[in-house]
Amino acid sequence: MNTEKNIDTLMIQNNYVENITGAEALLNCIVAEGIETVFGYPGGAIMPIYDKLIDYNDKITHILTRHEQGAAHAAQAYAMVTGKPGVCFATSGPGATNLITGIANAFLDSVPVVFITAQVVSGLIGTDAFQETDILGVSMPVTKWNCQIKKAREIPDSLSKAFYIATSGRPGPVLIDITKDAQIEKLDFKYRKCNYIRSFNPNIPLHEKEIESAAILINHATRPLILAGHGVLISGAENELKVFAEKTGIPVAVTLLGLSAFPADHRLYAGLLGMHGNYAPNRLTNEADLIIAIGMRFDDRVTGNLKKYAPDARIIHIEIDEAEINKNVKVDIEINNDAREVLCHLIPLVKENSLGKWIREFRIHDKTEYDKVIKPEIKPVEGDIRMGEVVRIVSDLTKGEAIIVTDVGQNQMSAARYYRFRSPKTLVTSGGMGTMGFGLPASIGAKIGRPEMTVIAFLGDGGFQMTIQELGTILQYKVPVKIIILNNCFLGMVRQWQDMFFSKRYASTEMINPDFVTVAAGYKIPAKRVSERENLESSIKEMLDAEGPYLLEVIVEKEGIILPMVEPGASVSDVTLTY
Amino acid sequence: MKQEFTISLFTEDHIGILNKITIILTRRQINIDSITASESAVKGVQLLTIVVRTDDEMVRKVVRQFEKLIDVLKVFVHSSEDIIYQEIALYKVSTKEILSGNLVDIIVRSYNGRFIEISPEYMVIEKTGHKQEILQLLHYLEPYGLLQFVRSGRVAITKQVKELNTYLKEMDEATRFKHEEIEAYN
Repeated sequence: MNTEKNIDTLMIQNNYVENITGAEALLNCIVAEGIETVFGYPGGAIMPIYDKLIDYNDKITHILTRHEQGAAHAAQAYAMVTGKPGVCFATSGPGATNLITGIANAFLDSVPVVFITAQVVSGLIGTDAFQETDILGVSMPVTKWNCQIKKAREIPDSLSKAFYIATSGRPGPVLIDITKDAQIEKLDFKYRKCNYIRSFNPNIPLHEKEIESAAILINHATRPLILAGHGVLISGAENELKVFAEKTGIPVAVTLLGLSAFPADHRLYAGLLGMHGNYAPNRLTNEADLIIAIGMRFDDRVTGNLKKYAPDARIIHIEIDEAEINKNVKVDIEINNDAREVLCHLIPLVKENSLGKWIREFRIHDKTEYDKVIKPEIKPVEGDIRMGEVVRIVSDLTKGEAIIVTDVGQNQMSAARYYRFRSPKTLVTSGGMGTMGFGLPASIGAKIGRPEMTVIAFLGDGGFQMTIQELGTILQYKVPVKIIILNNCFLGMVRQWQDMFFSKRYASTEMINPDFVTVAAGYKIPAKRVSERENLESSIKEMLDAEGPYLLEVIVEKEGIILPMVEPGASVSDVTLTY
Repeated sequence: MKQEFTISLFTEDHIGILNKITIILTRRQINIDSITASESAVKGVQLLTIVVRTDDEMVRKVVRQFEKLIDVLKVFVHSSEDIIYQEIALYKVSTKEILSGNLVDIIVRSYNGRFIEISPEYMVIEKTGHKQEILQLLHYLEPYGLLQFVRSGRVAITKQVKELNTYLKEMDEATRFKHEEIEAYN
């Protein structure tokens, strides 16, 4: 604590500078927050900031993406793998509106990103000036907080507030809109790290009574199940979760964004929840007598039909965002606090236990799923290459230790289902929003955030083309990401639904694609296409062994189906293994 | 079951906060029956009083979403029994019509109306009370050539005022403590 204080003091002292411009002040704030990488795209209104970036190039690296949406996704991925806030710049008007998908994505997935948009000079605001847009109004529903700066002297306090809000409590994106004149205006700069806002208190007092009641329920349960979500990773509670699960013997199922919070090879790992999750945790949710939900929000993709969800279970909900408690599922014990803190207090109160009989039920279901779904998917003997086998080969070759980035759809579900995640924060995916086009720019942000890690992006041919221009960013900064295009010449997940629920009427889902290998060649990215099973593993090895970026296009089964599936409106216990 | 709720929101005096609040109501498909905004007894703290009709469960969800907003200090929700509330209405009527009967007496004595402007052409009557009483006077005046009518939103005071005062005090103490801590840093 003391050292932390000293560093803070030092930082504050070093950050007193007289008579600098607003643009310099903004960059000083970013440096003071310990941010070294910014993603963005310049334009008219933000030019004063970009101009000063040149003077800061020893402290801040700016990554020029090819579209503002790409910058937003990259900044989000950077935040997800590093645990630090992402920072993203865009100009006024279209620059700012192009961020919106990325902001909304970060909002739904609770990722701290500070978005800085420029605004026309303050005198022109409200006059429909060139490249003016009411970005505060537009971003209001998808930001945790936003504000506009019209005076340079407001910059330090607003920025420190922005970083504090983005990273505290349930994290999320914030947006700061800075007028062009405020960027040019001079101020005497002094930075004070914000650690308190009276209308926002993320440090909730711990209610021991609720934790004690929870422990009683846990100690008496015979069929308990832990549902671990993104909150476990955000609060850094992976170890506590492991200790808690091992002491109580309770199986741990994870949500999509909770993947990598608990090692997939652990004896208590129950698998992925939700629409395309594993068979056992879905089936057994409805047989559990106690559900301990940690840092998750009972999304509809996880719960299926709410009326038939976990009918026999008492529910303990450990969640930092009070608005998520009792929102979708009525809970018996609400513990509105940080996951790690709660687990630390809960662990000493629970009894050591082993739930052999209950665990065996999971293994029986696992066996069923393996025989009916997993084995044919990862070890097919004939036919076209399947998405699952590609993912599993990558998983085995990287020993479950790479960072996996996905796009959205079948590629995402295959990666989530068949990659065996072993270390925390190794999955970057668009959960709540399901944003196609997320994968490629996100892989850039992830690699820049964790350069020592192997970063592999699983993309579909559809999503890849939504942000394909970011190959240019990879080219310019030589970002050594490994891109796997699982190409079925279809918008696979939509096609699956058309197949299952719309009498196979394939409305606008078939795609005539360019030659991706040639496209990659244009960007000077080594690339290869593979369509034969016997060449698959060697091609993947070649990709992993390559020094720099690499694109591997895998021609997969055209009409593959992701199973198991909890059909829309169905109960989780009606998860189907066949179609 | 739907019922009437009065929501009191204490917020920082920041631009756009009303917008953020209405976005939440819009997303939940809740109509605003009435809304008033003014500075509260504490300087720099705004008080919004919003009346909505919805069910108990929904109002609780919405309140938690309000409290999640960064600039919202505290939210209280009350059913009509827990609060003392008033609305104000102004009625503009033709002087000729009003003077043709013994209406003035009835308006003042039975309806507790107050004449606040009298001119040869029209008179303006002010009445405070609950929505129902205000509407009763409206119906009464309608046959006599009502020229204009306007009714305010609700203002409300809770029966447990203490709760808020204590909260604001705690908040201020916490701020002071934090400020001292920050000062100590420098």
